[in-house]
Amino acid sequence: MAIEVRVPTILRSYTGGSKVVEGAGESLSALIDDLDAKHNGIKGRLITAEGGLHRFVNIYVNDEDVRFLGALDAKLKDGDSITILPAVAGGALGFAAAAALLGR
Amino acid sequence: MCLATRGLVNSFGNVNAVLTIDSSIVRAIVAHARRDHPDEACGVVAGPLGSDVPTRHIPMDNAARSMTFYEFDSMEYLRVWREMDDRDEEAVVIYHSHTATEAYPSRTDAAIAGWPDAHYLLVSTREPDSEEIRSFRIVDGVVTEEEVNIVDATVKS
Repeated sequence: MAIEVRVPTILRSYTGGSKVVEGAGESLSALIDDLDAKHNGIKGRLITAEGGLHRFVNIYVNDEDVRFLGALDAKLKDGDSITILPAVAGGALGFAAAAALLGR
Repeated sequence: MCLATRGLVNSFGNVNAVLTIDSSIVRAIVAHARRDHPDEACGVVAGPLGSDVPTRHIPMDNAARSMTFYEFDSMEYLRVWREMDDRDEEAVVIYHSHTATEAYPSRTDAAIAGWPDAHYLLVSTREPDSEEIRSFRIVDGVVTEEEVNIVDATVKS
């Protein structure tokens, strides 16, 4: 068994067009490393240079937002289903102000 | 009164430089934007996969509840996207309102936009008695305006 990962359109350039890929790892962090080994570059779209989850990417383990499960430390097990969705956000506020407001 | 602004249509590299949308859906989006004014409103119009026809209006919560920022609530987002998957639908239109500025994507909108196949519809409610409605493709942060073609009866009401 493995962990199923549902990939949004915008990241499918890394997965050869696949909508669903498989990965392994005991934590979200380990899973992302495993995905990056198979789909080079995808990690950079999920994790910032500082090593945290990108503010504008939503990742879910089964039905839960990983932000409520310890973020990159979220524990995973075989059979879990991961869904990645790019945040839908924006607005009239300037980007720098928005990022500051959101503590990015 | 709805005012759809005809934008510059650049068809290079974009075969669908027009959003065709039913007037009843546009009215529902405008009503949502008015209801949430002065906060920004946001939502989706789903349609059958690959059809490019928006048919099902889904108003979403603005989790930011802000006059200058919007964000889909993460749990509602997952629920709505799964429901679309189950119905063989996709997000044909992703909309939000600007309540004090024009209906043009801000740098923030362009930087964050993550659905290159969606029409990004913006509604400005800064004027009390008219709305500016414009639509864009946003791909890799690049904004391309498209025409908005408001029609009657693509949707049975």
